[in-house]
Amino acid sequence: MLRPESEAELAEMIRAAHAPLAIRGGATRGLPLQGEALDATGLHGIRLYEPGALTLVVGSGTPVNEIDTILAEKDQRLAFEPMDHRALMATQGEPTIGGVAAANISGPRRIQVGAARDHMLGVRFVTGTGDIVKNGGRVMKNVTGYDLVKLMAGSFGTLGVLSELSLKVQAIPEAEATLILRGQDMRTAVADLTRAMGTAFDVSGAAWLDASASDGGGERRIRVEGMAGSVAYRSERLADLLGADHVATGNQSAVLWQQVRDVTPFANRPGTVWKVSTRPSISADFCGALTSRGIAHSVIADWSGGLLWLCLDAEADTQAAGAAAIRQELARYGGHATLIRANPDIRAKVATFQPQPPALERIAAGLREKFDPRQILNPGLMAPL
Amino acid sequence: MQMPVPDPRILSQKDALVGALRKVLPGDAVISDPAETRAYECDALTAYRCPPMIAVLPASTAEVSAVLRLCHRYGVPVVPRGSGTSLAGGALPTADCVILGVARMNKVLERNYPDRFIRVESGMTNLSVTGAVEEDGFFYAPDPSSQLACAIAGNIAMNSGGAHCLKYGVTTNNLLGVTMVMMDGDVVETGGAHLDPGGLDLLGLICGSEGQLGVVTEATLRILPKPEGARPVLIGFNSNEVAGACVRDIIEAGVLPVAIEFMDRPCIEATEAFAHAGYPDCEALLIVEVEGSDAEIDEQLAVITGIAQRHDPVELRQSQSAEESGRIWLGRKSAFGAMGQINDYMCLDGTIPVSELPTVLKRMSDLSDEYGLKVANVFHAGDGNLHPLILFDTNTDGQLDTCEAMGAEILKLCVEVGGCLTGEHGVGVEKRDLMTHQYAPADLEAQMAVKDVFDPAWLLNPAKVFPLDTSDARRA
Repeated sequence: MLRPESEAELAEMIRAAHAPLAIRGGATRGLPLQGEALDATGLHGIRLYEPGALTLVVGSGTPVNEIDTILAEKDQRLAFEPMDHRALMATQGEPTIGGVAAANISGPRRIQVGAARDHMLGVRFVTGTGDIVKNGGRVMKNVTGYDLVKLMAGSFGTLGVLSELSLKVQAIPEAEATLILRGQDMRTAVADLTRAMGTAFDVSGAAWLDASASDGGGERRIRVEGMAGSVAYRSERLADLLGADHVATGNQSAVLWQQVRDVTPFANRPGTVWKVSTRPSISADFCGALTSRGIAHSVIADWSGGLLWLCLDAEADTQAAGAAAIRQELARYGGHATLIRANPDIRAKVATFQPQPPALERIAAGLREKFDPRQILNPGLMAPL
Repeated sequence: MQMPVPDPRILSQKDALVGALRKVLPGDAVISDPAETRAYECDALTAYRCPPMIAVLPASTAEVSAVLRLCHRYGVPVVPRGSGTSLAGGALPTADCVILGVARMNKVLERNYPDRFIRVESGMTNLSVTGAVEEDGFFYAPDPSSQLACAIAGNIAMNSGGAHCLKYGVTTNNLLGVTMVMMDGDVVETGGAHLDPGGLDLLGLICGSEGQLGVVTEATLRILPKPEGARPVLIGFNSNEVAGACVRDIIEAGVLPVAIEFMDRPCIEATEAFAHAGYPDCEALLIVEVEGSDAEIDEQLAVITGIAQRHDPVELRQSQSAEESGRIWLGRKSAFGAMGQINDYMCLDGTIPVSELPTVLKRMSDLSDEYGLKVANVFHAGDGNLHPLILFDTNTDGQLDTCEAMGAEILKLCVEVGGCLTGEHGVGVEKRDLMTHQYAPADLEAQMAVKDVFDPAWLLNPAKVFPLDTSDARRA
């Protein structure tokens, strides 16, 4: 295993490499990587933290947990609420900010504040040829040259290995509240969630968990955050509009969203887990179509129905039939699906990422050819070689 | 401004290309008469002008594709143009280019409120997008000052911002998908109505690429529900530095206003004379706007005014009515026009870390003394995006040169304190030659490698973004 402790060392190791490298931070997401491990956790540390400018610059190997702690001391946080995959994937290790950035991992608050990539202000990375590149910076508005920051976010290490990140952070609001309503089916609940998102009440979380993922026959959750008076006002208005059995506040509310963020209801249950990005208004039809094709599944719908976590019944999915059904239906409905958790058989048969249309795949291949001409950075992960 | 020498081979093919273009576009969509192409000789950076060889106005993605396929075959550079409001020369033609204007593509294609998006043709103006959803209680958030005229195509090319991006982000944070025509005529679609496009984030790469990777013909945009209300507070201070410190404290306190706008004395005086907004006589003022219900606004303004009080404001005016809010914004919105009344000016667009505001304002005033030119400041303080206006007189020999030199020094200062050359206007031709101050050769090489992939012959929007000597070999 390679473990560089500086950006220069990282560049040297990549230049010297002649075979595929498996780029990893905390290795908590269980990605199917080939080659010698290149562990980025040595690129660790807080380089700059300016609470008054809402900016944080960190080494890519810095644990998310350490960042959370440092930010919390100043009542700040990462607004995009990145998922911790350990429970779902049954992995050890410490999730790193580089892993979060490379995979563009965002949680429930993504529908209000944007994704991880929207909070990345700047990057430093080393390409597959060992060149050190910086892009963006540490300011909120920056259109100086092409936005390689976005390109790096979600490139899963295939274009370069992140060494440093600068991030926009957010003040932790004074209060939060979650409206809970039980017993709705998916279609009704998602309709409510999209209505909530269409109000002026600045909803920061909108999720539905089906009967098998919650107590009481399905649970709809709507979150508001902000100053105390404002949270009280908005949760009251939303309850009038959409109903609520119960309103959770403070830590009680926070726990509910940690559960959605980390998909913990699927943690100790067997079955293939998929992450599907689609349009909220067709999500119930999409799930219905899967069911009618015999793909039994449990659903956690986040992002007001735009993000579907599916846990496929283990017995129904022995031959990876679920993969074909999900991707075929998405071709019809629009969106894409990522394979998150699967047994080795299914892993071997199914591409982790949804294949892209040929025109886009050509561009992506062209970019990989430029940034990693020797095909040594997580080769084959995002597209077949 | 140095531009590449027009290629005689291309110029000699003008008639043939015009003929070919007329076969794929309606007659009035191909403009080749020099008297008419002159209308496209510049954008809002009027200091630089050059009429294009030909201008075309396609009305559909298919027509754009046909035009680009032809230009690609003829090896002719293409300069895409939205509404021509770029302040950076992003749509400045070369003498041997075809200007491709998207103004005829201005239809709404789809509105969807449950999924909160609108799909439009890219020639629609920014404001008309909001106009299309406003009656149903929604709006499109990015709001550049030119929003009445500027096109979504240009907003995407430049990743435009606006006054309210402190809360809502800039174009890239509100763009969900595009249909784009590649230089060889291929049509690609990336992203869509769902969040987070699959595969590499090409959407994020395309946004802000200044029309150099392809011509965006359709866009899917995030729309947001309108807030219940909004109200500004105006705070006057005795010095720029104190106003800057107040901005920092507001941000650190965790209230998130939708806008924090800053004006200094030269700007206050000019706008007062021009717009009579009733601004106080002070060194610097802030306009801080918050949103929500009346009670929510009161709650936020209580925190903000509490912070302001600690900085000994000379004036603290909470708007009591819609009319008063209008007056508070009136001065800010007419600031550029007002400055134009009294002087020629050059508008800069650097961004700095908010914490550096007091230092940078002080050093700009030193530079102003050193160069002998006045600077007026009006900018988005909440996100550190400065718009210093350097005042000069075109008719005084050498003042434009002095002004440009001073502008370059200010932008270098922005980079030096950890900021950047341009926050929302783009590089264009204007800041092209300063790029080496922000980026090392390897950084620029990585960006140019992207261009190589999308447009291997470097025909799209030539001579922008990258210093000519760094891109010479590729454009050959």
